[in-house]
Amino acid sequence: MSAALPTPETSPLLPGPNNRGQGERMWFAWLSWASAWMSLFVLGVFLAVIAVQAAPWFDWQFLTSNNSAIDPQKAGILYGLWGSFWMICLMVLFAVPVGVGAGLYLEEYASDSWLTRVIRVNLANLAGVPSIVYGILGLTVFVRMFGLFQAKDHFVFNLVIVQVPLPFGPTIISAALTLGLLVLPVIIVATQEAIRAVPASIRHASLALGATRWQTIYIQVLPIATPGILTGVILAVSRAIGETAPIILVGAAAGITIPPGGIDSIGDIVRNPGALLNVPFGEFTALPMQIYGWATESRTEYHGVAAAGILVLLLLLLFLNGVAIYIRNRYQKKLKW
Amino acid sequence: MSERGNNARLPVDDLLIRRSGQRFREQTIRFALQLCALLSIFTTVGIVFILFNESVFSISSLFAADRGEESLAFFQQVSLGEFFGSTDWSPRAEKYGVIPLLSGTLMITFIAALVGLPIGVLAAVYLAEYASPRTRSIVKPTLELLAGIPTIVFGFFALRFITPYLLKPIFGLVGLEVGFQNALSAGIVVGLMIIPMVCSLSEDAMRSVPRTLREAGYALGSTKYDVSVKVVIPAAFSGIIASFLLAFARAIGETMAVTLAAGKQPVLNLNPLEGVYSMTAYMVSTQSGEADAYGLQNKSLYAVGLCLFVMTLVMSVVSQWVMKRYRETYQ
Repeated sequence: MSAALPTPETSPLLPGPNNRGQGERMWFAWLSWASAWMSLFVLGVFLAVIAVQAAPWFDWQFLTSNNSAIDPQKAGILYGLWGSFWMICLMVLFAVPVGVGAGLYLEEYASDSWLTRVIRVNLANLAGVPSIVYGILGLTVFVRMFGLFQAKDHFVFNLVIVQVPLPFGPTIISAALTLGLLVLPVIIVATQEAIRAVPASIRHASLALGATRWQTIYIQVLPIATPGILTGVILAVSRAIGETAPIILVGAAAGITIPPGGIDSIGDIVRNPGALLNVPFGEFTALPMQIYGWATESRTEYHGVAAAGILVLLLLLLFLNGVAIYIRNRYQKKLKW
Repeated sequence: MSERGNNARLPVDDLLIRRSGQRFREQTIRFALQLCALLSIFTTVGIVFILFNESVFSISSLFAADRGEESLAFFQQVSLGEFFGSTDWSPRAEKYGVIPLLSGTLMITFIAALVGLPIGVLAAVYLAEYASPRTRSIVKPTLELLAGIPTIVFGFFALRFITPYLLKPIFGLVGLEVGFQNALSAGIVVGLMIIPMVCSLSEDAMRSVPRTLREAGYALGSTKYDVSVKVVIPAAFSGIIASFLLAFARAIGETMAVTLAAGKQPVLNLNPLEGVYSMTAYMVSTQSGEADAYGLQNKSLYAVGLCLFVMTLVMSVVSQWVMKRYRETYQ
């Protein structure tokens, strides 16, 4: 690009200080342009590669059958989907109330004490902790419970129809709680931002009418902040869905024979809702775990199957991001102060 | 308040009772919310305690009935000198020298930095100084999408595309052997992975450089290049460095892409075309593999985890310090 341009050396018609470093300037502009568009290029190559490798394997059978370690033609992702689904549901049940609560406390209640400052600094640091370290935390606290109950006398509580193992072992609830801790900072920060965007005048008006602090928060602040919080929750879910390292440490299996709670279709839930109670304590596999298993198989057919799994994962993420963007745009327009 | 007709009780009594109930409720809620906020501190304390307890000094061994080897922490059984001095990592033979793992991690981080940092900063300059709003509206969401792709997908990309279809043909031309798993492909994808982070943090830093500085530059006859390179980048330098440090932390802690792409060879080598074993890859494969739940090999998981945690924590603390200490403040 720059070679075609005349420089002071090549062209006597362009003297003067204005043209010094012209080549350098062009190179710089060109390089930064290329760097900025690089991401789009990489993304394009990415999707093309995945699509090409996945194409022969991505079909209805793939979505509706369990994994097969013997025949790649019969391998499917159904139990992985169920595993991820239950894991995310439980994670949301745990992380959203806690995360929103923490965000509310930090924005609405906390005074500027040392404790609050510690919490804030700590949140920034937690966001930088590698996910595998959370995996160790989950392994020790939830799966093994500090070895308080040694593996030999594996405890099982019988609560009528539910059997609660203690320690939790490599089950869905362990993974869900681990992922919940992992995404907590995301939810807290999103909540804080959403609450900060609520104008103070609304709070003042509510308090002036005699509402208590909690009434003000619950009736005025939270509803206004909900779209922002929801966007944060969706981002947290899309982060959790692809996390592989923590769930490997917690003990997800690459293949299982019984889906969690024995549920492998929506009909099963309708027929036997009691099975839902056993879901958290079932052994499980998850979408990214199955992808990892297939990608490391030595038989090349399975690499195509892995690509098909990735395609499913990316489509899910795309859908979640779409929903987040929709919520953001819709409510941004509606609420103007 | 509902018993209006009851003369024995004045409405004000009701109000007082309601008030005290309300106060109790308000305080309970406040307390519950505070607990939620404290959970983040418990998480950090929990991580530190667990890593420390299993690798440095086993507090639980003080309470254990039999103080056998099982209850001892990792560094109570393996000396620090062996851990940081030996280059032999073979857990089956009870040889724990962390240097091969450390060098694997650092090599991948170094390659990732070579790929990701320049591209990230240049993209940030482009977005902050050159790009039209339309371009920004395309590039920014693309970067966000790239940041949202799970790392296992990057690992697959490295293992099943970059190595066989890019690295093997290219290095094959010069007659170099490329391993089926190698540090270079892992480094490249980790580099791609950190671009969004470096770019968005650096761009924020550049955008917070006040307009007046740029306009002063232009008024003196500078070109866009001069303003970007000699005014904006120096003014935003602390932010850029902070983004680099966070990117290092991210690259060091990166797990799945590295596990898939770089392999599991615990040998000390500096050839990026061969496989290496990173700290994170060891942690994943130990757990998904054969380790006995309470043996020494399992404890090594915590020792390696502690190294990893300390390294990333130092990076992120230094990054925050740089931001605070060297931030240029403008009126």
